[in-house]
Amino acid sequence: MSQTLRPASAEETRQAVAWALGEETALEIVGAGTKRAFGHAVAAGHRLELAALSGIVDYEPAELVLTAHAATPMAEIEAALARSRQQFAFEPPDLGPLLGAPAEHATLGGVLAANLSGPRRILAGAARDHALGLVMVSGRAELVKAGGKVVKNVTGYDVTKLICGSWGTLGVMTEVSVKVLPAPERTRTVLVAGLEPSAAVACMGRALSSANEVSGAAYLPAAVAARSAVSYVASAGAAITALRIEGPPISVGARNEALRALCAGDGEIEELHSHNSATFWRELRDAAPVPADAAAVWRLSVPPAAGAGVLAALEPSEGEGWLDWGGGLVWWSCPATAAASAVVRDAAQASGGHATLVRAPDALKAEVAVFHPQPAGRAALSRRVREGFDPRGILNPGRMGPDPLGTD
Amino acid sequence: MSIAMPAPDADVIARRDGFITALGAIVPGEGVIADEKGLRTYECDGLAAYRALPLAVVLPETVAQVSAVMALAGEHNVKVVPRGSGTGLSGGALPLTDGIVLGLGKFNRILEIDYANRCVTVQPGVSNLAISQAVSAAGFYYAPDPSSQIACSIGGNVAENSGGVHCLKYGVTTNNLLGLEMVLMSGEVIRLGGKQFDSDGYDLLGILTGSEGLLGVVTEVTVRILPKPSSVQALLLGFGDVVDAGDCVARIIAAGIIPAGLEMMDKPAVKAAEDYCHAGYPLDVEALLICELDGPAAEVSELVDRVEAIARESRATTLRRSQSEEERARFWLGRKSAFPAVGRISPDYYCIDGTIPRGKLAHVLARMRELSAHHGLGVVNVFHAGDGNLHPLILYDAAREGDLQKTEALAGDILRLCVEVGGVLSGEHGIGIEKRDLMGAMFTEGDLKQQQRIKCAFDPAGLLNPGKVFPVLHRCAELGAMHVHHGKLPFPDLPRF
Ligand SMILES: Cc1cc2nc3c(=O)[nH]c(=O)nc-3n(C[C@H](O)[C@H](O)[C@@H](O)COP(=O)(O)OP(=O)(O)OC[C@H]3O[C@@H](n4cnc5c(N)ncnc54)[C@H](O)[C@@H]3O)c2cc1C
Ligand SMILES: Cc1cc2nc3c(=O)[nH]c(=O)nc-3n(C[C@H](O)[C@H](O)[C@H](O)COP(=O)(O)OP(=O)(O)OC[C@H]3O[C@@H](n4cnc5c(N)ncnc54)[C@H](O)[C@@H]3O)c2cc1C
Repeated sequence: MSQTLRPASAEETRQAVAWALGEETALEIVGAGTKRAFGHAVAAGHRLELAALSGIVDYEPAELVLTAHAATPMAEIEAALARSRQQFAFEPPDLGPLLGAPAEHATLGGVLAANLSGPRRILAGAARDHALGLVMVSGRAELVKAGGKVVKNVTGYDVTKLICGSWGTLGVMTEVSVKVLPAPERTRTVLVAGLEPSAAVACMGRALSSANEVSGAAYLPAAVAARSAVSYVASAGAAITALRIEGPPISVGARNEALRALCAGDGEIEELHSHNSATFWRELRDAAPVPADAAAVWRLSVPPAAGAGVLAALEPSEGEGWLDWGGGLVWWSCPATAAASAVVRDAAQASGGHATLVRAPDALKAEVAVFHPQPAGRAALSRRVREGFDPRGILNPGRMGPDPLGTD
Repeated sequence: MSIAMPAPDADVIARRDGFITALGAIVPGEGVIADEKGLRTYECDGLAAYRALPLAVVLPETVAQVSAVMALAGEHNVKVVPRGSGTGLSGGALPLTDGIVLGLGKFNRILEIDYANRCVTVQPGVSNLAISQAVSAAGFYYAPDPSSQIACSIGGNVAENSGGVHCLKYGVTTNNLLGLEMVLMSGEVIRLGGKQFDSDGYDLLGILTGSEGLLGVVTEVTVRILPKPSSVQALLLGFGDVVDAGDCVARIIAAGIIPAGLEMMDKPAVKAAEDYCHAGYPLDVEALLICELDGPAAEVSELVDRVEAIARESRATTLRRSQSEEERARFWLGRKSAFPAVGRISPDYYCIDGTIPRGKLAHVLARMRELSAHHGLGVVNVFHAGDGNLHPLILYDAAREGDLQKTEALAGDILRLCVEVGGVLSGEHGIGIEKRDLMGAMFTEGDLKQQQRIKCAFDPAGLLNPGKVFPVLHRCAELGAMHVHHGKLPFPDLPRF
């Protein structure tokens, strides 16, 4: 009979995994379940629901570190951080709505397990760069501590990074410590209208190579821009290139002027103030411009300068999308067919990057790997790493694909 | 000298000559060093109290040679110790008497500068500073800047996950690394990451960074480069009490300011530095802070004002802001020459490296003074205050019987104190052999075994740099064993479907 286990402590979590190990049965690990539709379906008879592992354990703003139980809702954490005018600088996306789940339900553990980072990744780093330490239960049913609770630490292997982005296939996080940073006082976004993709990538490149500390650089083709909730963007009637700057008001003012000057020759310029900027970048962060009826949604991580070329290479798949991360991140929606998927994978591969199938019908996922296929040597090494953490493959088996990462 | 290395494999030593001949067939000519005089050059790294002569030193020039050397060593059960520039401070590159040192000094080329993608691809033997120099004219730099940057190699930086005075704002090596190529003990060549921001699959790039040469030999590195900030200014702040200085650091951060650098020196360090290089430091202070701010000119001047106001509130007794590049350099001069300055007041010194929560600074400094008195050895403190990374320098005399033992005992006590207050054993210098036997203060046997299972995935025979990082060596077969208990469903009282 299928069981749902709801441990309320790290030790109970360990007992739950020990039970599964003894039963030779697998567990699906669930934070709030907002990203269950991301990745392959887990081949597990039982669920391990972590919702009771919730609450902030320790947060001292001057230490720039927050420790929380793994299933603490991001909304609760963000509210606590905001009270001290701090934030997670990696701008964690809320992919709930994209994946058919409610907004603002995601948990900290889930965000780290998926290594999700928003537009500020280009300046501040990814989720994995901010995760400092954790406690987890391995697939051997052992409580394991990794990393620490201070911002600088090279004591032993950086196991915390390995757990980030492992989608619950190496261990069940029960507590995590994350670096926090001051929230900016003011934001401006410089909008340049009407650029072709290659001109946009060049413009973003110039901005990112300048000393203006650009914290967001995105390109929206006209059709995508038209769906923004920010009227300056939606009513432009043209493709939009957006450059974000954040910081103390004086500095933002100066850099705003500098960027406007830098882009003056490129096209018509507008700017977004803090409030509108927040709305705009949250849309991109959460992939909100994806059309509701998009059949397959892809996320490509590519060398930034390749962004425009990748968009061109994606065209035969008859989809649409936009660029973030100065061209280094491509969101792409297209038909859920094997042929379109092959176009996407090839475009990513040719650029030197990789493509992840974020949302798709089960039928497509049965045919097409969600995570980018790896060269044999790296795949085998990853499998051996997994065997060290979860030798019987009882944690989220199949989530990252039957092979190479899921020993099922 | 209290740290024991694994017993050498007599069989391997007996077969030395044949193995060296086989090495010569892979790396011809002067690429294999086997004479005692030549080997002496490689007998230690920056932790000079520990020395050993390896079987041989091999200096390959191509990845194919590295791969063939590793495979050969694997076949012959010969251990391999990778080495960059040998500036490591924890003994990570200490040779093993039954192993070879694989030096990467000849991998010294910059392979590609890609401004469009804002990254540089280099061979691992390129020095940290050479990367910044190569892109400087175009207005870029490589952010992590260890004090040893003239000498240390980027491969060593990856292996140690090195930091620098600017890592509070710009991160350490792992935050600035995009991709690498490595050779496993089997000789297999594996590439991780690339020029894109996120690598796919498990974060093997993350686990390689800081793995201290125990997982793979890094043969190529791609790092991000950043545009140089348009303006930089520094403040020199003196305090009559270390508590005030610590308070000032906390207040700066609580005010939402992340300085590019935030360094502290205690009174003995200030005195030693001033005597050595006459930087103009005030001598009537208990603690000195150097706070550097960088960014757009308008921002820097505003933040300098804010920091100055915070320093006043924190009872700073000296308050100077740099008015020129020359003055800024002078503020840093004393901090940057702290090591040689201490070298002048003591025959020997031993630099340790631990991290503490910033708020525990005053407590830790006070306890450190007690420990110093207890062991009868002086301690001078320089400190990356912004990120809580301490570098106490213990003053001793190696020629004096028992001094080194006392030094190691004091260092151990200080590092255990760091862990006790919620910190860690190493912020940037790594564990190596130096802190190996203290790992138990931070991790349980189970935690350490789990880390060693990662090593088993990369190096099942345990031939790559063994005896470093982990206090107890386990065979991979033993680590893989698992005792499964068949039991009842846990906590049956909890609600479930
Ligand atoms: C003439 C005019 C032009 C505008 N142009 C733009 C535009 O180009 N892009 C855009 O996104 N929004 C524009 N707005 C909208 C307006 O700036 C925002 O809605 C306002 O609430 C800014 O707040 P904020 O927190 O987003 O910006 P911030 O700049 O972060 O606001 C900081 C503080 O300044 C105040 N403030 C900002 N702008 C003004 C202003 N113009 N007059 C008085 N106080 C102000 C805010 O209320 C807030 O207290 C404009 C408004 C006006 C009246
Ligand atoms: C005066 C001085 C100041 C210093 N200041 C700082 C500082 O500010 N911040 C800081 O973080 N460190 C500092 N260090 C420590 C040291 O410079 C760094 O750890 C540096 O990264 C070591 O680089 P290296 O090339 O000398 O490596 P080595 O000492 O040769 O090796 C270090 C470790 O890396 C491994 N290794 C080296 N190259 C490779 C490779 N290609 N592949 C796999 N493994 C490899 C070795 O096996 C060894 O375990 C300082 C050292 C000195 C002497």
